[in-house]
Amino acid sequence: MSPTPILEVRGLKKHFAARSGLFEEKATVKAVDGVSFSVMPQESFAVVGESGCGKTTLGKLVLALERPTEGSILFEGRDVGAMSRAELKAMRSRLQVIFQDPYSSLDPRMTVAQIIAEPWDIHGLHKNPAERAKRLHKLLDDCGIAKSFLDRHPHEFSGGQRQRVGIARALALEPKLIVADEPVSALDVSIQAQVLNLLKDLQKEHQLAYLFISHDFSVVRHLCTRIAVMYLGRVVETADSETLFNDPQHPYTEALLSAVPVPDPAVEKRRKRILLSGDVPSPLKPPPGCRFHPRCRYAVDSCRVSDPALDEARPGHAAACAVLPFKDRRSDAALVAL
Amino acid sequence: MEPPVLSVRGLRAHFVTRERTVKAVDGISYDLAPGRTLAIVGESGSGKSVHALSILGLLPTPPAKIVAGEILFQGRDLLKMPPSELRAVRGNRVAMIFQEPMTSLNPVLRVGEQIAEAVVLHQKKSQAEARAKAIELLRKVGIPHPDKRVDDYPHQFSGGMRQRAMIAIALSCEPDVLIADEPTTALDVTIQAQILELMKTLQKEFKTAIILITHNIGVVAEMADDVVVMYAGRAVETAPVGELFRNPRHPYTRGLLASVPSIYERKERLEAIGGQPPDLGAGDIPGCPFAARCPVAEARCKTDDPPQFSLPGGRMTACWKAEAEGAERTHRFAPVKGAAS
Repeated sequence: MSPTPILEVRGLKKHFAARSGLFEEKATVKAVDGVSFSVMPQESFAVVGESGCGKTTLGKLVLALERPTEGSILFEGRDVGAMSRAELKAMRSRLQVIFQDPYSSLDPRMTVAQIIAEPWDIHGLHKNPAERAKRLHKLLDDCGIAKSFLDRHPHEFSGGQRQRVGIARALALEPKLIVADEPVSALDVSIQAQVLNLLKDLQKEHQLAYLFISHDFSVVRHLCTRIAVMYLGRVVETADSETLFNDPQHPYTEALLSAVPVPDPAVEKRRKRILLSGDVPSPLKPPPGCRFHPRCRYAVDSCRVSDPALDEARPGHAAACAVLPFKDRRSDAALVAL
Repeated sequence: MEPPVLSVRGLRAHFVTRERTVKAVDGISYDLAPGRTLAIVGESGSGKSVHALSILGLLPTPPAKIVAGEILFQGRDLLKMPPSELRAVRGNRVAMIFQEPMTSLNPVLRVGEQIAEAVVLHQKKSQAEARAKAIELLRKVGIPHPDKRVDDYPHQFSGGMRQRAMIAIALSCEPDVLIADEPTTALDVTIQAQILELMKTLQKEFKTAIILITHNIGVVAEMADDVVVMYAGRAVETAPVGELFRNPRHPYTRGLLASVPSIYERKERLEAIGGQPPDLGAGDIPGCPFAARCPVAEARCKTDDPPQFSLPGGRMTACWKAEAEGAERTHRFAPVKGAAS
């Protein structure tokens, strides 16, 4: 019997009402449209996709900041949708978030000490000043923040330092799962490396699970052990990280990986790139059949009408494609392997 | 080798206010040959964009001031050109595309009109000819149904299409130099791949020299022939792209390359560069601006500012370690005497 997942998402949907133009009919944006996955304790699970694929909405649903249209979310085996307000609050001490933008996610009028300690005030924890100071110092140490920062305000710090404060705040309640929505995408690369190393160290030390939301495959590869690739509100492929990078099965994953520039000119000269034609279609009018078919170079007639389900053809490796996965492929398709 | 189409010599652009002086660009020199791509890479605040804006005379003066240097375009110094002549070069012989395609297009003008504008202005074509040219350019940059989309407004275009339209505007007069400031940073990776491919194709067709300003090391590896690495307003290393990645000479370049995660290998830890870049408004830094974060810094690095040393193969590094290894101080890249007005 395998252990209980810390997070389980089943058939999750979130639809928003929208108008595509002033005089046009009402429409529905299917931001998340039938997503299922689970995250095990101490696992780092990534949701990867391009803008508009629904990954941020998915994060908000998991954090119970949005109510799902359909489907359920189980946190430590309990249905989040059925929780009372008090239960939700209690859950939130075990489920924390790190935001993308370290500039807008810290209150400019609070000191670093107040920002990090605010979760304790909200949850009525560690009221003893001596104990609080001790915990605060431990968090600063863990997150690589100098003690002299405590009485200063966010504007005095650079992006990387602010993100460390945001991470310390997320850790204050000793959560078990952290949802991190693009936590390093606003940072310069040398600072990004510092923060990624920090997230890795903290995961070991605090036995954390991460739900890591990102558009950046290189970052995900470094940090995460399992990956779900999203396209237009759906998960099109999930696999463990090594398998996904070495043997992608969905045509979208394959093209996405081939589009990522590699920081090595020798590799860049050798590799072939699959150029996807066109843009991501509007989520207001997703294409019929397989949502990826208008941009897919393997598409056949049936792709235009039938919508493939996510099929776990190999243990732990699932793809939603009727044509490509797990079959003999043209040799030039295996571009990602060197 | 052909003579360079653009040469930048000891450029220094400072922002001077009553309270302080920010030395945003404080020493960059390079040559750009026709049809080549030079990448300028650095992190936020390293001066790469300010340097680009100074080439085209687009910096607000004051507070900005070009305190030294020359920018030679086909042998003529753009910094000394009268405004009317500079206008004839800008957007015509030297064009630029910006990071954010939404804010750099005019939302109340049709896309076609914005492309035609440069053609009418610089090539003295009629409105009808310019419109035909706009349609042809939209087709070239891969916009479907260009004869219809030419009458669209920018908001009817997606992010990738807007950047294509920007490229069409920039290439409308077949410029000799294209400055691309983070052209794909705002775009998704599959769209980025399309745009980079398009830039390469058009470069071949028009023999345009490209200055590509980016913080993305992967994009540098894919696009560049030569690279200038900037740190704290200075060029700290210059090298052909293959050499730079194979054998980086400046400790900052080494740190930068090692800190980049790659989809090809999973490293247990990334080699982060400790500390933060210096605050350029906090007064002069004695010594090398990278010394505080440098793993191999010596006593002298903290007090003496390293000059630029030339290395074999047309390379340059601004690091005292190079002198110890026998490199010579460069004279060509030495700061230009006196302040230009």
